[in-house]
Amino acid sequence: MHYSALSVFLQGLKGHKGWPRMWRDPQPKSHYDVIIIGGGGHGLATAYYLAKEHGITNVAVVEKGWIGGGNVGRNTTIFRSNYMFPANTHFYEKGMKLWEGLERDFNFNAMISQRGVINLFHSDPQRDAFARRGNAMRLAGVDAEFLSPAQLKDMVPILDFENARFPIQGGLMQRRGGTIRHDAVAWGYARGADSRGVDILQNCEVKDIIIEGGAAVGIETSKGTIRANKVAMAVAGHTTHVAKMAGLELPVESHVLQAFVSEGIKPLIDTVVTFGAGHFYISQSDKGGLVFGGDLDGYNSYAQRGNLPMMEHVMAGGMAIMPAIGRVRLLRHWGGIMDMSFDGSPFICKTGIEKLYLNGGWCYGGFKATPASGWCFAHTIAKDEPHKLNEKFTIERFREGRMIDEKGVGPNPWIQ
Amino acid sequence: MHQIDCPWCGTRDEAEFQYQGDATVQRPKPDADEETFFRYVYARENPKGWHVEWWHHVAGCRQWIKVVRNTLTHEIDSTGGPQSKLTKPDEKGGTKS
Amino acid sequence: MTGVNRVSVGGSRIDRSKEVRFTFDGQSYTGFEGDTLASALLANGVTLMGRSFKYHRPRGCLTAGSEEPNAIVELRSGARREPNTRATMAELYNGLDAQSQNRFPSLKFDIQAINQLLSPFLTAGFYYKTFMWPSSFWEPVYEKFIRKSAGLGKAATQADPDTYEHSHGHCDVLVVGAGIAGLSAALSAGRSGARVILVEEQVAAGGMTSTATDFIDGKPSDEWVAQALDELAGMANVTVRTRTTLFGYYDHNVLAALERVSDHLEVPEAHQPRQRLWTLRAGQVVLACGSHERAMVFDNNDMPGVMLSGAVRAFVERYGAAPGKRVVVCTNNDDGYKTAASLHKAGVEIVAITDARAEPSPAAKLATAAGMKVQCGVIPHKAKGRHRVSAIALQRTDGSSAEIIECDCVAMSNGYSPDVHLVSQTGVAPVWREDILGFVPDTPIRKERSAGACKGTFELNACLQEGHQAGCDAAEAMGFGSGDPGSAGTADEEEITAPLALWRCPGKGKAFVDFQNDVTAKDIQLAHQEGFVSVEHAKRYTTLGMATDQGKTSNVNGIALLAEARGEPIPDVGTTRFRPPYSPVAIGAFAGHERGMEFQPVRRTAMHACGEKLGAVFVEAGQWLRPQYYPKPGEGVMEAIYRESEQVRKTAGICDVSTLGKIEIFGEDAGEFLNRLYINGWKMLAPGKARYGLMLREDGYVFDDGTTSRLADDHYFMTTTTANAARVLAHMEHASQVLWPDLDVHFCSATEQWCGVAVAGPNARAILAKAFGDAIDISNEELPFMGVREFKWNGATARIFRISFSGELAFEVNVPWSYGEAMWDAIWDAGQDHGLIAYGTEALSVLRIEKGHVAGNELDGRTTAADMGLGKMMSSKKPFIGQKMAARDGMIDPQRATLVGVKLKSGASRLRGGAHLVADKNIANAETSLGWITSVCDSPAMGCWIGLAYVRGGLSEHDGKILYAANPIYEESPAVEICSPHFFDPKGERLHG
Repeated sequence: MHYSALSVFLQGLKGHKGWPRMWRDPQPKSHYDVIIIGGGGHGLATAYYLAKEHGITNVAVVEKGWIGGGNVGRNTTIFRSNYMFPANTHFYEKGMKLWEGLERDFNFNAMISQRGVINLFHSDPQRDAFARRGNAMRLAGVDAEFLSPAQLKDMVPILDFENARFPIQGGLMQRRGGTIRHDAVAWGYARGADSRGVDILQNCEVKDIIIEGGAAVGIETSKGTIRANKVAMAVAGHTTHVAKMAGLELPVESHVLQAFVSEGIKPLIDTVVTFGAGHFYISQSDKGGLVFGGDLDGYNSYAQRGNLPMMEHVMAGGMAIMPAIGRVRLLRHWGGIMDMSFDGSPFICKTGIEKLYLNGGWCYGGFKATPASGWCFAHTIAKDEPHKLNEKFTIERFREGRMIDEKGVGPNPWIQ
Repeated sequence: MHQIDCPWCGTRDEAEFQYQGDATVQRPKPDADEETFFRYVYARENPKGWHVEWWHHVAGCRQWIKVVRNTLTHEIDSTGGPQSKLTKPDEKGGTKS
Repeated sequence: MTGVNRVSVGGSRIDRSKEVRFTFDGQSYTGFEGDTLASALLANGVTLMGRSFKYHRPRGCLTAGSEEPNAIVELRSGARREPNTRATMAELYNGLDAQSQNRFPSLKFDIQAINQLLSPFLTAGFYYKTFMWPSSFWEPVYEKFIRKSAGLGKAATQADPDTYEHSHGHCDVLVVGAGIAGLSAALSAGRSGARVILVEEQVAAGGMTSTATDFIDGKPSDEWVAQALDELAGMANVTVRTRTTLFGYYDHNVLAALERVSDHLEVPEAHQPRQRLWTLRAGQVVLACGSHERAMVFDNNDMPGVMLSGAVRAFVERYGAAPGKRVVVCTNNDDGYKTAASLHKAGVEIVAITDARAEPSPAAKLATAAGMKVQCGVIPHKAKGRHRVSAIALQRTDGSSAEIIECDCVAMSNGYSPDVHLVSQTGVAPVWREDILGFVPDTPIRKERSAGACKGTFELNACLQEGHQAGCDAAEAMGFGSGDPGSAGTADEEEITAPLALWRCPGKGKAFVDFQNDVTAKDIQLAHQEGFVSVEHAKRYTTLGMATDQGKTSNVNGIALLAEARGEPIPDVGTTRFRPPYSPVAIGAFAGHERGMEFQPVRRTAMHACGEKLGAVFVEAGQWLRPQYYPKPGEGVMEAIYRESEQVRKTAGICDVSTLGKIEIFGEDAGEFLNRLYINGWKMLAPGKARYGLMLREDGYVFDDGTTSRLADDHYFMTTTTANAARVLAHMEHASQVLWPDLDVHFCSATEQWCGVAVAGPNARAILAKAFGDAIDISNEELPFMGVREFKWNGATARIFRISFSGELAFEVNVPWSYGEAMWDAIWDAGQDHGLIAYGTEALSVLRIEKGHVAGNELDGRTTAADMGLGKMMSSKKPFIGQKMAARDGMIDPQRATLVGVKLKSGASRLRGGAHLVADKNIANAETSLGWITSVCDSPAMGCWIGLAYVRGGLSEHDGKILYAANPIYEESPAVEICSPHFFDPKGERLHG
């Protein structure tokens, strides 16, 4: 059913009895053209673009639990394309363009809100580093601008310009960045893929990847064997372990990143703001909650929960630049599993095993990449070769010494 | 919050330590080939479960200590000095699950 | 007596002799000391306290505790305004000022209540289906409106004036909750000799017994509780903290609690924090956190005056405030009768008691005997009224209708859900118990145990026993098994009859499950119909359990309704994941004192005062404050920097360089150790000599650089960059402890033991010779370039290094930290005849750029030694860290960007860091970018703006060519000439002077 104000009105008159399921609950077929392991944002987006862009609809998305239950369901909802290296800039900008048309495209309101993303800077070297990045963005056709303290005062009056330990010198802003209702991204892609014939198989755990003659030919699952012409992995948080089923070894470690939301309050912050002298970034959701986060707890973990030191550190960062939020209450905090690659950049690539494709290593940047990732991964699967946009996101780049390290901290995932 | 039993200082908060990654990888001999060094720098097992890892007691005795910790539960089984040979509980013959 | 609904019985928490004045929405009222805002309002006959989130329906308080979803208000004003405070938790103080929130223009008349008329269209998730056309309307129109109408209260916009404290507690046994089970546990553990901390969220102990007329050990429960508290207070090993909410159960039995130190006062007393965040390290934990009563789900069950039965009782017993004058009790379990008894005692009219169960329980029979009208097999159908309930329409469980009863309060009980929030945070799964209709904790994973209602144990006697035993067991586990725990209290046996499952009282109207978020029973059905069948999906689609009470009042009802829709038993549906905090905690409490200037420590060098005296402007360098420049009166920044840089090359300058990392290295193998750390060789360095060194990370990129000296055969002295001091030390500790424990090398940081100055310029030697006199001979013969000497100065050991970052004749002098000011002054005085000036980090940077020396801007963690033009330093005669990975193809690719110099030619008045270099300014894009500018300065020596840059092809391809510094951020792209980075005195003649 097409969603619109009219359909909501008509259904309202009928007591909403006519709304169909957003996606079916099919039994697995014995064979698909493509199996995508992982019903998160990236897996569902990949299925959607396989069907929409490449006409490949005999596709199964296989999910261990419920779709959208991984990082697409527990992030801080930010999207942006403010990267420095061309491999990243072009890729994330593709994502930005897809976000901009996404709701009309898949007929689902994900509340995409281009509220702007501001990175504050607090020193001359930081200003120069941001200038380098901002200029790289502008040269790649991405919007970026510097804001003076006066402009910042206008835009984010809640910031502390007087008593800050690290005075705010300015900010690098991407106006087209912003926030999205994260769950809706998974649901919108799921509904769009399902309506094009993709089978979404929930509560179906993958036990093994079947490899015959050097090529992936199917999977063993809790619902039996499913064979396929091509098998693709998009299992953020568990990439190492699914890849290991096929004998792949990846420069990836899994770490916990915490996120926080406050009780709902009336609008206080209109943009996304990142503190440059501490680990803190913040936005406000349409519901009114302040959504904020910081940095990795800094140890390998699959526990999906973090600990007090990072919490205290993050909120101290918040109070350092926004001392007015002291009396706003933290409502909930949680942790997600980040597949930290050793240079902070992802993989969307072939694997060395025929017909087996990898999408992973997103660190904490996976959510914003969802459309571009799905779009490029679908291309890579359909054509059996990467698109120009993702050709550098290979596993081999580490062996070749061609890392894409935006932060420059080296092969230490806990500080990437 | 992790409570880590430093062999020199006793049990201390995780905030005193800097995590330093997988402690099972061994730096190759200097004459080893590039591939061996590559694996030392980049190949990690990333286990779900017991993990032998480095924690550097930066706000304490400054020793690098080995910790056997579970990445699913955050439980710590044992700790030792940098040259200690710690084993994971599931490799000791199932004394702990 | 204050208030029309104040009753003369009950009121254990209020002091009727102390009246307190307060205002709500500008209206003045009077309450008693000990009241909460909610109890005082109820006593004054005020039931309407808030509006709901989506439909803006009028709401009163549902509960009497921290789980309150409806009665949330803005408390205080100005910088202390706090949104979303539960009226049920706000303790009254004189002058308390509260405002209702999420309404306009007033609570009684709220324009957005029009949403109720639209409610047929505003079902769960309607917003996902609309507001998509036209797409340009989302942010400016739809979202703007949604954001304005969403949210609850208004946050303050000024800095929070109060302080928050962090405290730490250590104990053998932590008991959470001072109800009967918790008190029993604290008593037995405390008597056994264990160190016990007992925390209680409420202002007073007693838990649910403070709302009932129970007897323990033959005396009223209030007396028993008072005695227990007396006994605990008498034990030196026991601490009791009320007003303290245990909110997080973190790893390794570390728990966090928030103590509300001053929230019951208008402003904190002098030197008192507003709140205190406790980090509690517990050997064993006893969870005795009670249970939450559930609402009945019937039409208009959200109407003000419809409250949970236990809450009605609590208001009467604790505060002497009756929520109504004519009350109907609707229950499916025995709790309703306790409420009826309390109200009866207080003289409130019980119009009727309805019990969903067909057979009268013993409690029902007692009520009947007391003259109350009990109707079995009867449940609510619909509440009637406008801003307050005026009648309740009943129905029979067989579907037939029953009477409509006029009333001003409905006390409803749909059973109690054990509070499994904290235990679930540890990863313990809640398991369903059909007999009590609630989730209880599965086997513990951590060192904890539950006791009492949170474990599904509701009988008083069993709570006493279970609490006592939990305390004994916890103490024993901590080695206090031989202590005497005494015996458990005993209460009269009571018979509790099982509740009847009643998840939806039939009806066609709005029956609320999650009150604050306006989630109705129908919304849950709709979510199921649309495929949101997983409990996590249903939660996210409907927002069930996502309000400020995090589902405490709604989750079990919601799960049961979802189970009904799915046609499956409740355990198959399961719960959503519980996350800390248990109840919301002020962000300021987590930050504690780390705010404002205390966000991070400020590090000052020993010569900070010298800089201040000379009028230095300081700059943050990490945590350090360093003199950035020393403006003369009337002088601008750029002029000052220019003057300082120029003057150093003309006469001499002094610069505080104490922040450099300094490491003393000793041992037979110290040279070998350095050989393995640095890319260049160290063993042949003679004692008394210094050398520039560069070290890589194991992945082959440059890590850090600095000058290291050999002071004796087995003694080296390393310096690192300011930024990397700590990282280099950790790196060396790894190398010596983990990689090469066999090497005889010992080292420690001496950054804060030695302070240092650089004295540079043609007059440097003359100045130092005068300053140090006979203490040291610093002639070129005695101390040639790269020479190092130790000497005694005023009884202290000093070190002098003939090294130069500026390219001038220069020395660095180190003295013990406490001698810093004296040294500065001695040199300063000696320099007055020689044109000595002080220069800051900016001039330091100008001088090093003119010489092409790399610094932090060039060492960004992605550069190789060769990129910096130092490839030849990489020794091939010895192995070193990073050697192998630095040989990978991508690391030695000739297309890598390498270090060059740039000179501004035209097109702008200055150069800027971060500009990209392109060959044609009209074809500037990501692909034509050849590199970027890292550092720039207005160079007195060169008479123009110069800079350092990394450029693909480097000097060999671009030397002498014109490129453009594309800088779209600043909307300029000046022409620059590419040249060697060694701008000034490329042969280095000056430093040998």
